[in-house]
Amino acid sequence: MDLFHNLAIGFATAAQPANLLYAFFGCLLGTLIGVLPGLGPLATIAMLLPITYALQPDAALIMLAGIYYGAQYGGSTTAIVVNLPGESSSVVTTIDGYQMAKQGRAGVALATAAIGSFFAGCVATLALAALAGPLTATALLFGPKEFFALMILGLILASVLSSGPFIEGIGMVVLGMLLSLVGTDLNSGSQRFAFGIPQLFDGLDFVPLAMGIFGFAEIVKNLEQDDKLSLVTQKITNLFPTRDDFRRMVPAMLRGTTLGTLLGVLPGGGAVLSSFASYTLEKKLSRHPEQFGKGAIEGVAGPESANNAGAQTSFIPLLTLGVPSNVVMALMVGAMNIHNIHPGPEVMTKNPTLFWGLIASMWVGNLMLLILNLPLVGLWVKLLTIPYRYLFPAIMVFCSIGVYSINSGTFEVYEAAVFCVFGYVLIKLQLPAAPLLLGLVLGPAIEENFRRAMVLSRGDATVLLTSPLSASLLAAAAIAVVLIMLPTIRARREEALQE
Amino acid sequence: MKGLAIRNQRAFASGALFLVFAVFFFVTALQYPAGTAAKMGPGYFPRLLAIVLAAIGLVVILSAVKPTAGAQALRQWDLKGLAWITGAVVLFGALLFPLGLVGALFVLIMVSSKASPEFTWTGALTNAAVLIALCLAVFVYGLGLPLPVWPSLLN
Repeated sequence: MDLFHNLAIGFATAAQPANLLYAFFGCLLGTLIGVLPGLGPLATIAMLLPITYALQPDAALIMLAGIYYGAQYGGSTTAIVVNLPGESSSVVTTIDGYQMAKQGRAGVALATAAIGSFFAGCVATLALAALAGPLTATALLFGPKEFFALMILGLILASVLSSGPFIEGIGMVVLGMLLSLVGTDLNSGSQRFAFGIPQLFDGLDFVPLAMGIFGFAEIVKNLEQDDKLSLVTQKITNLFPTRDDFRRMVPAMLRGTTLGTLLGVLPGGGAVLSSFASYTLEKKLSRHPEQFGKGAIEGVAGPESANNAGAQTSFIPLLTLGVPSNVVMALMVGAMNIHNIHPGPEVMTKNPTLFWGLIASMWVGNLMLLILNLPLVGLWVKLLTIPYRYLFPAIMVFCSIGVYSINSGTFEVYEAAVFCVFGYVLIKLQLPAAPLLLGLVLGPAIEENFRRAMVLSRGDATVLLTSPLSASLLAAAAIAVVLIMLPTIRARREEALQE
Repeated sequence: MKGLAIRNQRAFASGALFLVFAVFFFVTALQYPAGTAAKMGPGYFPRLLAIVLAAIGLVVILSAVKPTAGAQALRQWDLKGLAWITGAVVLFGALLFPLGLVGALFVLIMVSSKASPEFTWTGALTNAAVLIALCLAVFVYGLGLPLPVWPSLLN
């Protein structure tokens, strides 16, 4: 069968010593940033992008992917042990995971999280491998108007799923798209919004923007919240779940994995949404909903499986359609561009070893994470005792060197400083930054496809609604907008997206 | 009626921010030829987007002043922390060539450490020593990134 043949190619690539090493390095780093609060996968991947110049493309992508799904593992460790989500997708794990730890069952909770994540990771890898072919085939049928409609749908969904009022999320998308116009217009060759600054002729680089907003401005925000962490570290003893634990966690894992696999594929979806949805589902289905919030093992098993599955399947739209479904995937676009790989349906046919190697490496990485996380959990918890006043200057240093290395120039450093101030304004106004970054990344492709579609139709915009495929994609986007405007759904969304 | 009251300051400011950007992009885009829908010039798409953003800005502003809007004040700003962090980044950019990586990192770490309410000189100096050694080992000798290590006077 094709699938097994492809997976064989993948495993051959993933098993090369260098790739194993980078997968391990990515997982290790991912766990580290998952554990450390105040540093997310976004800032880390942005920081490391310039360093991947020196690597082979497959090694670079394998490492960056490892950081992303590794962060989901590490985030759960701190969520359980010290009631602190290291990563936004582990927020729900704090609810029941920390309660279990208080009852002396931290080891069981950690094991549940790790086993659930591993199982979900395996399933999601298979789903990714199985869906890649058919989806890529669909994508090859897409013309400019279909791609335009698909990207609009993705951006609408991303705004629906971001925090804050929906209309403000859309505003951030549009602002991001406007910022993406800075630079040379490919059709006419004229400069737009560059004001004669040569460094802007290539456009605004999104690495300084991401670092300014998600790295530097985030630090300013963290320094304001001066509530100290009180670390209650207990000895982590028994890791083994009992027979009863297994009976309760296995169905939750299966449901969490299914939910995460599906929601990860949605544009705008990914790990955070999956874990919240899974927690709600488990609480609804449970015969003992009163145990939730008091140490129910389902409340750890479900969301932990879901966030890992979601993290992995969120690669599907990027790899098959070329549309990043969340901000981390947007950064992966940047990583691929550095290596002259243009994400989209062509990747699978032009770079089969890279494509399948990346997928296979995810399974390998999940195995590594299991080993990294369970026996070494004590070591990770120790890291938490590093005070933030030592940690944030380190983040500043790595970000600054990373920004400088993009072009070996200081212009990008100043750019990041400007976006630090801008990011702080966004934090104060509670405007979501993720849609801005997605707009920035997708803006050029949207304009390009829109212009091409209009050329082909001789300027007739109704063509977007008369072609069945683009019409149905736009209809889905319209339905999402209408649904979000309904008062009951709006209230539920606000409840779900609350931190 | 005693005029419109800004009930939701946060939303009002957000809408105003959108509006300012929309006007800026629209006015700048007027310099670029718009073309027609069938043959778009470089100014067509920016104008379209700026109009959409302006409309969104207006809706957000209106939602902030309507009588049913929930009252929400602007949050307190910590300009001191912002100044230390942003200043540290700017100084790093300005000092990297004249002072080299070691000097620029030292300034970056010391200045940014000042942003913490728990700043101590010994703590910051130790942190600087550790981080500079780590960066030299990883970025300069390990990865071989082209960074000026020492002040340009010495080269």
